[in-house]
Amino acid sequence: MDILIYGTINSVTLALYALGFALVYGVSRLPNFAHGALYVLSGFIAWSAFNTLGLNYLLSIVLTMIITALIGAAIYLLFLIRVRGMAISEIIASYAIALAILEGLRWIGFKGMTYTLPAFIDGSTSIGGVSVDYQRLVVVGAGAALVAFLWFFTRYTRIGLALRGMAQDERAALMLGIDSDVMAVVAMGLGSMLAALAALLLLPLGNIVVESGYNVLILAIAVCIVGGIGSWVGAVMAAFLIGFAQILTVVYLGAHYQMVVALLAIILTLILKPSGLFGQQKELEERV
Amino acid sequence: MSGEPILQVQEVTKTFGGIIALNRVSFEVREGEILGIIGPNGSGKTTVVNCITGFVKATAGRVIFRGKDITAKPPHKIADLGVTRTFQIMRPYYSLPAYKNLVIPLFSPRARRTGGWRGGGRMGDRNTVGIDILEEIGFERDSYVPYKVTSTLPTGYLKRLELARCLALKPELIICDEVFSGLSMSEIASMVPLIERLQMEGITLIMIEHRLRELFQVANRVMVLNFGQKLVEGSAEEVMADPRVREAYFGSEEVEEVMIHA
Amino acid sequence: MNAEPRQRRRERIDRGIKVRTQGLYALMSWRELSYLILPRLVLIVGLLGLPMMMPGMYWKRVISIVCIYALLAIVFDFLAHFVGLVSLGGAFFVGTGGYISALLNTKLGLAPLICVPGAMLLGGALCTLLLLPCLPLRGVYFAIVTLMYPLLLARVIEALNIIGGTDGIMGIDSFPSAWIEQYLVIVLVLVFLFGLRRLVNTDLGLVLRAVKDNDQAVKASAMNITYYKALGVFIGACIGCLAGACLVHIYMWAGISTFALDFSVLPIAATVIGGSGTLVGPVLGCLILVPVSELLRDFGTLRIVFYSLILLGFTVFRSEGLMVYGQRKYHQFERWKSI
Repeated sequence: MDILIYGTINSVTLALYALGFALVYGVSRLPNFAHGALYVLSGFIAWSAFNTLGLNYLLSIVLTMIITALIGAAIYLLFLIRVRGMAISEIIASYAIALAILEGLRWIGFKGMTYTLPAFIDGSTSIGGVSVDYQRLVVVGAGAALVAFLWFFTRYTRIGLALRGMAQDERAALMLGIDSDVMAVVAMGLGSMLAALAALLLLPLGNIVVESGYNVLILAIAVCIVGGIGSWVGAVMAAFLIGFAQILTVVYLGAHYQMVVALLAIILTLILKPSGLFGQQKELEERV
Repeated sequence: MSGEPILQVQEVTKTFGGIIALNRVSFEVREGEILGIIGPNGSGKTTVVNCITGFVKATAGRVIFRGKDITAKPPHKIADLGVTRTFQIMRPYYSLPAYKNLVIPLFSPRARRTGGWRGGGRMGDRNTVGIDILEEIGFERDSYVPYKVTSTLPTGYLKRLELARCLALKPELIICDEVFSGLSMSEIASMVPLIERLQMEGITLIMIEHRLRELFQVANRVMVLNFGQKLVEGSAEEVMADPRVREAYFGSEEVEEVMIHA
Repeated sequence: MNAEPRQRRRERIDRGIKVRTQGLYALMSWRELSYLILPRLVLIVGLLGLPMMMPGMYWKRVISIVCIYALLAIVFDFLAHFVGLVSLGGAFFVGTGGYISALLNTKLGLAPLICVPGAMLLGGALCTLLLLPCLPLRGVYFAIVTLMYPLLLARVIEALNIIGGTDGIMGIDSFPSAWIEQYLVIVLVLVFLFGLRRLVNTDLGLVLRAVKDNDQAVKASAMNITYYKALGVFIGACIGCLAGACLVHIYMWAGISTFALDFSVLPIAATVIGGSGTLVGPVLGCLILVPVSELLRDFGTLRIVFYSLILLGFTVFRSEGLMVYGQRKYHQFERWKSI
């Protein structure tokens, strides 16, 4: 039973990590290696807003999400847009940004146990005989709500449809009057906001640590590769697959093997079905 | 020309998402013949080539070469069996001398086994073999054309270079993707005898072409594709007389009338 | 009455002496010979003489570190520009090579001069094997996987507490003599630098470049792309593992920090600054960056911020890099030409 509960929590966590990355890569084919950095950065911003500036917690949350979205859009506009289309340079540039942010935060002294964000609701409850924090329940609930919201958003709102259009076929979208540059910036902003949201939901469960920037990035990439690029369903399925696999490894083998599971998942996917579970990209192997 | 079919394309279908590029196309190529494939733009001619040579995996159907099923094989294995192709958009190494471009195919396992075109057995010095091949297909050795930097060569020579790339593999079948396009009249006039010579050497050819007059000079049989489907197959005269072919290229008669009278 | 504005454009022409030195004519006179030989001579003499110019033990050590990074940077340049694979994780090779050499030395008791080549070949094979799944796929996947491996391997070693765990493997023998320790890496840099430059001009090098530029043609020429990419990766991995093996014998210690981010990022930054595509540029870049990074050692991880920002600047604003600029100036001259 606890496997079920912890598995679900872990899976939703992974899905939250991956959503922002999947959005940006699906829409503008840009692998945003700075995703993990934005995650940690938003935690830092929230902490500063809440502790240093002494703002109301709710206000800090809203402010952080907006600021992170703006930072993401700015990164895109200032740097990444210049290397749009050149795969190697995109990777190097976004990786360089990630490193600059993460190691910069590390240097400022942002490490160790002293930085935490408060949980939304304190205390815990018991489900099926397993003790679960309220915060974790909030995570699962919020995660499910977020996926539902995104599904709705990309089907019924103009911006959402525009993003989907770009994800499917950029040239066709251009012909329909959708400005791909603007949409790419929007995607990046939204992706960053999703990273911030994930951070705000999940960081209260532990400490704000710079290392998690790299972990989040790796896990997000793992989920996206296994699930297949361009597919929401795939990403969610992959999150559950890897999430449960990780929990099972923790139970039967030991807590240290978690990341190995992620790595194995990536390697296996690349060997067996490179386009992922639900991937729609045939261009991986064929190139016309 | 023995007349036995060496390549059989059976019910090949290819879909890209919702677009049906090839719809149950079937045809045969007999040994030693030249088969022309014509059709308006977008009829699927290049897709057929891609499916045969393995650059694109067919959604359904089979391709059989000399009794072997090559449908799902990767491109380099298919080329290794002797099925070669030219590319419409050539990308040679413009900064290198012409013969250096042949080094790559001459490096391949097949070339090393067969010694390339004109090679008796094992591969000799790659540079010499490359220059020999180029000379055979029309690069004049005594005016140092094979040594010229590729960027200085006109299109006619570049097209021959593409063919040379195939010949370096000592092919059994060459699929030519629009070799006559972009050439001047005199260049075409010298290309036609080359094609005929290749046929006399025993190489089977499939030629995708838009320039029908030149194609009909060399092709033994012609096949017409339209919207991914095989329309007609037969000799050049049969094909040109068929009203469906005219309709495919020019539109129906009613449209023609309207356009004339409007 | 207006004067018409003169239209001008910049024209770059090879210098006369460059043209005269193409091919056999380079032997014509001392001047032509020195045009070709001088830069290479400066490089060789400079590198070999550097340790003697350094004031103290600390800086002599720095030269060795420069050479190790130089090997990694050469590998990055080779893989990125001559095979088409961007390797974001130089640390993967260094760590693998280092640990294998350490294990060969401590567990099997082999002498360092045997461990190092052994680690090179074994490490090269292992790394190539681990990278094999992503070779048939687009370049992005290679970048992602090379990025992840060092991070993950470090975690695994730490978590499982195997092969030394967090403390690392200690008590590794150092090289038999100080001269060897100092000069081995320098000689290796020179050997591989000139060796790879020769390699890319051979037929095999041409095939590898074709794999990068025009893989359709290579496939159509009956050659297996994955095999050639693997060959390129094997060469690169061997050199990288070699660097790692030398490193652990110089420091006599192998630990998790052998997988550190430094080894991944600095080679890329050095290549970009020094001029990518030339194989010499990365060496130059290391000569500049490594001492700077040593000076910045007190600032902790700010170093990495520093390299990343430089890397970002060069990548995004697409600068040429020092060596490319230098080569251009050396071989060509510019003038304004009116149209």
